[in-house]
Amino acid sequence: MEPLLRVEDLRVELPTRRGLRPAVDGLSFDVGEGEIVGIAGESGSGKTMTAMTLLGLLPHGARTSGSARFDGRDLLTLGRRQLRDLRGRQIAMVSQDPSTALHPILPVGTQVTEHMRHHLGLSKSAARAEAVDLLATVRIPDPERALGAYPGQFSGGMRQRIAIAVALAARPRLLLADEPTTALDVTVQAGILRLLDRLRRERGLAVLVITHDLGVMSAVADRVAVMYAGRLAESGPRAQVLAAPRHPYTRGLLDALPHPEAADDPARVALRPIPGSPPSLGDVPAGCPFHPRCAFAVPACSTDRPEPLPVAAGHLLACPPDPLPRDDAAPVAEGAPA
Amino acid sequence: MTGATPAAEPTLLELTGVAVEYGRRGARVRAVDGVDLTVAAGEVVGLVGESGCGKSSLGRAAVGLEPLAAGSARFLGEPVTTIGRGARPGRLRRLQMVFQDPYSSLNPRRTVGDLVADGVTLGGGSRAEGRTRAAALLERVGLPASAAGAYPHEFSGGQRQRIAIARTLAADPLCIVADEPISALDASAQATVANLLSGLVRDGGIGLLLVSHDLSVVRQVADRVAVMYLGRVVEVGTTEQVWSRPQHPYTQALVAAIPRPDGGGVLPADLPGDVPDPADPPSGCRFHPRCPIVEDRCRTTDPRPETVAGREVACLVRAAPSARADA
Ligand SMILES: Nc1ncnc2c1ncn2[C@@H]1O[C@H](COP(=O)(O)OP(=O)(O)OP(=O)(O)O)[C@@H](O)[C@H]1O
Ligand SMILES: Nc1ncnc2c1ncn2[C@@H]1O[C@H](COP(=O)(O)OP(=O)(O)OP(=O)(O)O)[C@@H](O)[C@H]1O
Ligand code: SF4
Ligand SMILES: [Mg+2]
Ligand SMILES: [Mg+2]
Repeated sequence: MEPLLRVEDLRVELPTRRGLRPAVDGLSFDVGEGEIVGIAGESGSGKTMTAMTLLGLLPHGARTSGSARFDGRDLLTLGRRQLRDLRGRQIAMVSQDPSTALHPILPVGTQVTEHMRHHLGLSKSAARAEAVDLLATVRIPDPERALGAYPGQFSGGMRQRIAIAVALAARPRLLLADEPTTALDVTVQAGILRLLDRLRRERGLAVLVITHDLGVMSAVADRVAVMYAGRLAESGPRAQVLAAPRHPYTRGLLDALPHPEAADDPARVALRPIPGSPPSLGDVPAGCPFHPRCAFAVPACSTDRPEPLPVAAGHLLACPPDPLPRDDAAPVAEGAPA
Repeated sequence: MTGATPAAEPTLLELTGVAVEYGRRGARVRAVDGVDLTVAAGEVVGLVGESGCGKSSLGRAAVGLEPLAAGSARFLGEPVTTIGRGARPGRLRRLQMVFQDPYSSLNPRRTVGDLVADGVTLGGGSRAEGRTRAAALLERVGLPASAAGAYPHEFSGGQRQRIAIARTLAADPLCIVADEPISALDASAQATVANLLSGLVRDGGIGLLLVSHDLSVVRQVADRVAVMYLGRVVEVGTTEQVWSRPQHPYTQALVAAIPRPDGGGVLPADLPGDVPDPADPPSGCRFHPRCPIVEDRCRTTDPRPETVAGREVACLVRAAPSARADA
């Protein structure tokens, strides 16, 4: 059976001053019921645009190709009415941009109960009771009183948690969570991650979680896709991609993280970013888009576009030289030399 | 006392007993309740704490964007007066803030180049100077110089955050209060911006108050760390002390909740209990309803900061362990 969401060869072109330029270029992934799939990648690599495409919320003049089948229907060809009916009810989004997620002049209670009343047909009092529960679940202090307050009266992270409550209100089947915990401290984040994990186990909620935080990814995602310049660099089971990455870009991201021992070191080593900067939309290098920054590049990398190819069960890699030393403990493709 | 500023460097920013209040349905809510903190030249002070504990409120109050309900904020010895978001009076120009939300802090109708150039004019420079410096500043934060001609909506979240940083740097600040300047960035960009900020501090003698919930980044760049819980600072010390041997039970919970990027699939430890409401803070120690080492005295006595293991900690049990051997 086909998974709840199947995205195939998705391409999204955005209007720029120099014409249409691809922000997402040949991306494929699946999200099954009860599954949490993570998309990681450099800032500007097209993660948010991928989510916006699924909701039909691209900027005016954008063009898409490929397919994104949700429950058998291609979201890319659905009419605006049909998409609007799916949005909120079946597919909900937690937006990265807190200023669009909540309406500034509507009380929080109205925003949380709106979808419940509209989509679930709950009575006013039932919706109110459920809203209080939901706000408590996302750890808003004094949820009863919060219902009457306005978004501006909450801190940045509290607004983010209220937005999560609004997204979950209509009990969607698929949640697109764009940097859902980026504005939160780690203890509250832990609560939200546990909530997502519970909802997928109890309600079969499918979650596409977009985050640059590889720790968050490691905690909740079953499978991880790493994007670079709108393309898939590598995807596969969490443990393979994060513990034994095959793509030099994934390796670079992991190496840029602060090390747990760092503060003990009196010399305080500087962090190690990947050298160079990511290409801007429309200036994507030929061949492998990462080649100008890659320590392992061979001549073919600057001319031949690498396609994602299977290197192990469920593990796709868009890097033909496959240059990283193989960890003995890591799973290796059948028949590949260890 | 290791929690204090090294005496050699001049203090740039000095907060004493700062309180910030908001009106909510007629009542006054104290979001920040008596915080003492200093930032010296060449120093990065990390400010971490639970979402809603008052970090942004304190940061805004420190730069004069929020009136003080009590206490004082001084920049270079002069009181920081309450002002709007626009041009700052001359003596406060070199005290600048990077805002938490890069979406609402950038005017959507101005090009990125103009926005950065505004930073230069806000800091007292000329328009022409602004235009010439904008391109260089954008490159410094890892954006192409060509970004100057585009509008903020054409950029991703992390790119906008860097535009906001470039604009702040344009004002040639001496002290920066940066509210979550790196949380929206990927690991590599975080490393770039964190290195940029710490470079400015170490080489340029700038002072930086770095507000962030991300302890792992804070510990990499901060000299000292202050941990807030519900409007108060509960622990302050050198980064090494706070990170490696946290003393306050809240700090310990924070450190334990950091997820590890090892692919292990381990959900980080949660801190159970209700997040308290500043409108109705718990009696005694504000952390007591969620504290794993709570004792009876914690419910009635409000702990004052005391020196524990070389840093300041506001915890009765840590300051004076009882006969029970659980501390
Ligand atoms: N409305 C728009 N018009 C034109 N280009 C855009 C628009 N929004 C985003 N872009 C560009 O599209 C590319 C992908 O942006 P996207 O927001 O998907 O990145 P992202 O991966 O979500 O990054 P971040 O981690 O910083 O949020 C970026 O180069 C960005 O500059
Ligand atoms: N304009 C306002 N009106 C009323 N209450 C406010 C206002 N701004 C903040 N608060 C309240 O003050 C408290 C502290 O908020 P603040 O934004 O300082 O927290 P924070 O530590 O920065 O949190 P976060 O990490 O989520 O950004 C919160 O309880 C919040 O609800
Ligand atoms: S004073 Fe008591 S309740 Fe507060 S942190 Fe210390 S042990 Fe916990
Ligand atoms: Mg994004
Ligand atoms: Mg804040």
